[in-house]
Amino acid sequence: MISSTKVVIIGGSAGSLDVLLQLLPKLHRIHSFAIVIVVHRKSAEDTNLEDLIALKTTIPVKDVEDKIMLSPGFIYIAPSDYHLLFEKNNLLALDTSEKINHSRPSIDVSFESAADAFGSDLVGILLSGANADGTEGLIAIKKAHGITVVQQPQTAEMAFMPENAVRYANPDYVLDVAGILEFMVSIDK
Amino acid sequence: MITDQELEVFINEVYEHFGFDFSGYSRASFKRRVDRMMQMDGFPNFHEFLLKVLSDSVYFTHTVEEITVNVTEMFRDPMFYKVLRTEILPILATKPFIRFWHAGCSTGEEVYSMAIMLREANLLHKSLIYATDINNVVLNVARKGVFPLRMMKQYSENYMVSGGNKDFSEYYTANYGLAKFGEDLSEKMVFSQHNLVSDGSFNEFDLILCRNVLIYFDKDLQERALGLFDSSLARLGYLALGTKESIKYSSIQNKFRQFEKEKIWKKIK
Repeated sequence: MISSTKVVIIGGSAGSLDVLLQLLPKLHRIHSFAIVIVVHRKSAEDTNLEDLIALKTTIPVKDVEDKIMLSPGFIYIAPSDYHLLFEKNNLLALDTSEKINHSRPSIDVSFESAADAFGSDLVGILLSGANADGTEGLIAIKKAHGITVVQQPQTAEMAFMPENAVRYANPDYVLDVAGILEFMVSIDK
Repeated sequence: MITDQELEVFINEVYEHFGFDFSGYSRASFKRRVDRMMQMDGFPNFHEFLLKVLSDSVYFTHTVEEITVNVTEMFRDPMFYKVLRTEILPILATKPFIRFWHAGCSTGEEVYSMAIMLREANLLHKSLIYATDINNVVLNVARKGVFPLRMMKQYSENYMVSGGNKDFSEYYTANYGLAKFGEDLSEKMVFSQHNLVSDGSFNEFDLILCRNVLIYFDKDLQERALGLFDSSLARLGYLALGTKESIKYSSIQNKFRQFEKEKIWKKIK
């Protein structure tokens, strides 16, 4: 059923880091797609998130710089204080324009750009969080025939973000953390 | 959202009519900006938007202002400024005269940051700071040196992290929600319009700062801009880029040596 996922993009805010730290260590290795992580973060903490995630996973974490190539088998993390965008030729692009939903990086911005660049080859996953960022992005992914997944709100530390998405974005799957893991393993061909 | 094809039509038509060449701009970001502009101004479709841009030169100017990103701040990435202050400026200080170029300076917050550091290093009197942007409106803001007062708390914190130890509020006068920076800072600044896409070198510099501008360009245009910086730098001059930008894959990389792990490169050839 799911043939050609090139990118799994994961968005989250408050409470999402714990989910990522449960999820990523159990994935061991990915073959057919890249994982892109867009979480709200304070500009001051800067490189800490990359280090923290790299420490917990055997999947290599690539340092995101402007116009680097997105390759399957790697994790990419949106740097703080930039929006992360996607070019049609698989390059990543960064942008310092206005905050969206009080956030830079904004999940909506990255999801919408990924939907435009990857269409049906994209899976968007939205985790715990306390604001509405991500819902518009999931709607865009769905419209572009990508697959949308939302963390089950009752399993989220902050239910608002996934609840909002369930209400307005009509996601394909609403899953708990174990379900998200199982889903990700199932699409890795 | 406009289609990729419509975006290309927009870029071609704007070039034909006004001579502004956006063909080297990074499409992901540029498309979003054009889209946002169409939505903000309530155009029902691309064709009406295009017609307005092409038939109304005032609206075109406004479009250029809106689709180019003009978000900046004082002492953005304070640790970068700290390195400039403690490592780079003392080297430049040995010169009888120091020339700076802020390429893509936007509303000038980083230019004033530089002037403050030069003043504190007692170098401002023998410095000249050129600051350029494609967009005349932002240059007028920069010339005035008037920024929102509500930003000063954060700028003051940035300033302190960058190694500043004065009372930051001494540098501006507050009035009606605005902070006006002193003319003693701006007297060594020269602002002018310059387009990195089409304009050439206009002087020789000891330090060129172009931070978070190249991210809006595709690789070919980045290459052009980096070539321009190379030909505008004195030997042993410095080039400073944004925290996520690099000269790593460009043809000028062999002529430069990176300063430790900073986004600062010294021209060695």
